[in-house]
Amino acid sequence: MNLPFRTVVGILSIASTVLLATPQNPPTVQDELRQEPSQVELIIGDSIGAQPSFAVPDCLALTNDPETESAAQTIAEVLWADLEFEREFRMLARDTYTTIPQARSLTNIPLDRWRELGADGVISCSVERSNNEQIQVTARLFNVQSASSAFGVQYTGSFKNIRVYAHQLSDELHRHQRALNGVARTKISFSSDRDNEGILGSTNDRQTKEVYFADYDGANVKRVTVTRSLNITPTWSPNARAIAYTSWRRGYPDVFVSHIYRGNLESPAGGTTEIHNWLPAWSPDGSQLAFTSNRDGNSELYIMNSDGSNVQRLTNHPGIDTTPTWSPQGHQIAFTSDRTGSPQIYVLGADGTGLRRITFESYCDRPTWSPSPYNEIAYSSRTGPGHDIKVVDLATNEVRQLTFGLGTNESPSYSPNGRHIAFTSTRGSGNKHIWVVGRDGRGLRRLTNVGNNEMPSWSN
Amino acid sequence: MLKWNSNGIQIRLLIIFIGILIVACVRNPPLSPPDVPTQPSDTETSLTSNSQPPPTPIADPELLPEPPLIVEEDLFLTRTLEELNRDSPLEPVFFEYDSSELNEINRAVLETNANILSRYQEWVVTIEGHCDERGTPEYNLGLGERRALAARDYLIELGLKQERLRTVSYGKEFPFNPNNDEVAWASNRRAHFVITAQ
Repeated sequence: MNLPFRTVVGILSIASTVLLATPQNPPTVQDELRQEPSQVELIIGDSIGAQPSFAVPDCLALTNDPETESAAQTIAEVLWADLEFEREFRMLARDTYTTIPQARSLTNIPLDRWRELGADGVISCSVERSNNEQIQVTARLFNVQSASSAFGVQYTGSFKNIRVYAHQLSDELHRHQRALNGVARTKISFSSDRDNEGILGSTNDRQTKEVYFADYDGANVKRVTVTRSLNITPTWSPNARAIAYTSWRRGYPDVFVSHIYRGNLESPAGGTTEIHNWLPAWSPDGSQLAFTSNRDGNSELYIMNSDGSNVQRLTNHPGIDTTPTWSPQGHQIAFTSDRTGSPQIYVLGADGTGLRRITFESYCDRPTWSPSPYNEIAYSSRTGPGHDIKVVDLATNEVRQLTFGLGTNESPSYSPNGRHIAFTSTRGSGNKHIWVVGRDGRGLRRLTNVGNNEMPSWSN
Repeated sequence: MLKWNSNGIQIRLLIIFIGILIVACVRNPPLSPPDVPTQPSDTETSLTSNSQPPPTPIADPELLPEPPLIVEEDLFLTRTLEELNRDSPLEPVFFEYDSSELNEINRAVLETNANILSRYQEWVVTIEGHCDERGTPEYNLGLGERRALAARDYLIELGLKQERLRTVSYGKEFPFNPNNDEVAWASNRRAHFVITAQ
């Protein structure tokens, strides 16, 4: 695997502890820690470049209360899963640790036992309730071979969301050990009927769909909209502080922007009973929104400033032009058009020039431009009765398929590091759920399990 | 010809006409109550202000307000919007896969709907465009829009006013038949009429 960010691979023989003992602010959703290791000290790996194997035993609970003891286990479990997700380390299954006695302190690790199990690195952590009812989490990565500490961090914060400590630790470990931007603190928004509410005034027993978001691993689901109407196609603003989506709350589709931390709502596209707007897409700098509108008689693409000013028409064709997505630099927009008879993916300059067709298949929709450094577009392609997720490399025009015919697979969305794709799938139960797969087609897993959940958007 | 749910001008003409009849035929005993449906209060006043019981006009019966054409229409006027839409007199039109073309059957259905809508001038309808589940949800929002517009444009061609005809696309979000077969798909590819004001 080519990791463009990776700068150091192999064993560095210098070992030292980077224990950052400065008390940190509580890591919350609003103000997450941005703690950097002070220097790259030691990278665990073997000389031939194979994946190093890591173990994450339960943290040591230094205070004896149920909340701390539960946190000690949760942090280890979540950290293990976070590290497993990026597949940079071979994670040793946690149920194989039973023969190894728990460390009595962070500096007294039974390294010989871990070596026997095949671990190159062990992440040892402790949790402690502090005097002011906060939790203090201390973690170290030990190099089993050299019996030295490669990395260390300490966090202090509330007991409210224990998982965020593990996510933060995972992101820092990935950056420190692999020079990788992890995604453990990102969120995925989606549309769902999970609360089983009926549309207000509906005579057809229609179910509402509302906008929700969850941690990247599906935990901590939070509801965004309460409209008793249809709300779909959510999309995170680049700073992950707002969600734009299509809502029928006024009886017709219009673009709404919900500033989830400020609690205010905007409808910048200015919909009316006649003018409908849908499928918003943020420009990479967050200053503009592309969207589809019927304002000139049929579905065309438009760009406006995020406050609704300076609306510019981008397409002009009697066919349906819809589903925009921006290139990482914001210079181009990919979209779906059925101008040749069936929906296909096209790319257009953000100034409306330079149209070119990208796909030549039976039916393609929901183009999603990858983040840099990848230069590809994921989309949904009809492959049989249903759709599958495919990716086209824009440099080579090569197409690779990520899902293979189970149920229907639609609405792909890239993780901010470009290594994963979330999508809607009806595989298995027949219900729609959010699934995640690696951009190489490996590591498929399901994020949701209640109701129907669809149209994911992955935050930065 | 007077419509039985007449508009204001027709009501005023009727009042004037009845007034003339009352003056002209004041001695004739009423044969039956005037065949006038519920009218605005000024009509009531003009009739009841006369101490005589209102006589039945005997002039040209062509000018009398006609009774409702069919009994069912009485029901339409007494029903709430919700009741109307649950058992709607306006039929949906159905489309081929990934198509918004109106075929002959579609046009015949829309002509029937247009007749009903021209009889009930107060009705405002929303034409919903729907798609089957096989397309993608994003593209289907555009396809549903196109289906609703196709139905609306034909109704306008038939003489209905655009301001009475709203459109909204629901893509594949609200299937009428939740099954995953041809029958379900066919019934979900439709322009569906909802009466939103009466």
